[in-house]
Amino acid sequence: MKARARRIVNTTMGWLTALSAMVVVLPLILILVFLVYQGASTVNLDFFTRLPKPVGEPGGGMANAIVGTLILVGLASCLGLPLGILGGVYLAESQDRRLPWVIRFLADVLNGVPSIVIGIFAYTVVVLPLRRFSALAGGFALAVIMLPIVLRTTEEMVRLVPASLREAALALGIPEWKVILRIVLPTARAGIITGVMVSIARIAGETAPLLFTAFGNRFWHQGLLQPIAALPLQIFAYAIAPYDDWHRQAWAGALVLIVMIFSSSLVARIVTKGRYSGLR
Amino acid sequence: MADGIIVKQLNAWFGALHVLRGIDLTIAPEAVTAIIGPSGCGKSTFIRCLNRMHEVVPGARAQGQVLLNGEDLYAPGVDPVQIRRRIGMVFQKPNPFPTMSVFDNVAAGLRLDGVRNRALLDEAVEGALHHAALWDEVKDQLGKSGASLSGGQQQRLCIARALAVRPEVLLMDEPCSALDPIATAKIEELIVELKKDLTIVIVTHNMQQAARVSETTAFFLLGEMVEFDKTTRIFTNPSDKRTEDYITGRFG
Repeated sequence: MKARARRIVNTTMGWLTALSAMVVVLPLILILVFLVYQGASTVNLDFFTRLPKPVGEPGGGMANAIVGTLILVGLASCLGLPLGILGGVYLAESQDRRLPWVIRFLADVLNGVPSIVIGIFAYTVVVLPLRRFSALAGGFALAVIMLPIVLRTTEEMVRLVPASLREAALALGIPEWKVILRIVLPTARAGIITGVMVSIARIAGETAPLLFTAFGNRFWHQGLLQPIAALPLQIFAYAIAPYDDWHRQAWAGALVLIVMIFSSSLVARIVTKGRYSGLR
Repeated sequence: MADGIIVKQLNAWFGALHVLRGIDLTIAPEAVTAIIGPSGCGKSTFIRCLNRMHEVVPGARAQGQVLLNGEDLYAPGVDPVQIRRRIGMVFQKPNPFPTMSVFDNVAAGLRLDGVRNRALLDEAVEGALHHAALWDEVKDQLGKSGASLSGGQQQRLCIARALAVRPEVLLMDEPCSALDPIATAKIEELIVELKKDLTIVIVTHNMQQAARVSETTAFFLLGEMVEFDKTTRIFTNPSDKRTEDYITGRFG
């Protein structure tokens, strides 16, 4: 009798955990279905190649915003990735006790700072001195958001590399810096790249920090020191406008943004799988 | 001719914990010296002091003299990186680099020292694999991941990796404790083969193994060296009561 009761509880709990796991991904599925339903009909070649049309004229696209988002993410990556990865290696490898602890704590605090506040920060330190909204300011704001994510995931992944590998390399008479560069980092590579992709997915969709830094632009980008369009900004602007045509474009923009993030994560996963991937 | 090692008054600590107390020992060249003793007696710490790997652990330090061919490895100004090129090491658990192929694993030491010449690498890798008695088993799968080999093969791969940089001394820290009896027998055969031109120090929990492969044996207990003598003598007629107790299985 007892055994039967246990089996019933076991089955019930098994289903409950499976159900919970499915509920977690349900929002994503609903979002995708909804975006495809609302936006797919507006996504066509023009959407990727044309500039936005003036109010009242139908058609046009968001090519400038797509390019703008790529530029902003690229800019943020150039600023944020080297710093984040190098800093993460320091946090993981340092023998010092106090400084890494302080940095780790502050990075976690930075990670929790609302993105609009980071936008204000970028406005103060980049926009005001240059006296203009610019792609540079937007990229800077996004880099600040991505930094703590890259820093902490790199640290975690480098820490996961077994000490036995370091010892094996050191015992071969390889200097410590080469051990880190050629043995430890390649072993942690897949994990670090996953962290990088998570951070890129996060900043690609950020809107608030771009509002008064990149500012948005209805035309092609005109250099890093000029305001630049970005998909989230354009979606925001179109979604709050009173025109049905713009609403459809906003849905299409959201769909394109999600697909871009989704596919880049997927590609990164496949590429890092590699033949002899170390940690997954 | 490989060099022997003379250890004088070697002491080692982990933080405040004094784990090796005044070890004096002479390791004969081109022979196998076994270190036996119960867990925690300082065997591993001792051989890690011989190639200055002990100090890699935060808070660990060592003091004393370790003379390789008359040169003190603990003299000021000696670069531990250079020491480790001359004194190779094989660990308890096989630890091939998981991101590298069989070939790259063996070539790692040379490559990371700046050797680019492909012919030279090919030759060194083949030589080291032959030396480690692994060539015949892996010659057709040099491109495969090192981690895909069996445990015994992985351990011989690690031996080949250590041999490829042509060390004078090979330290083995319980190299068979993670292996099955057949793989163990292969490694033991290999040790006997390797001592022809290498000085070998092996830490082992397996007393039969010490008896089979070594010429001299040191018995460690609680951070001190209790007895050091010819292996046959240690196992048949030890002079210290504690050695006898350990060997006959009364403790440890």
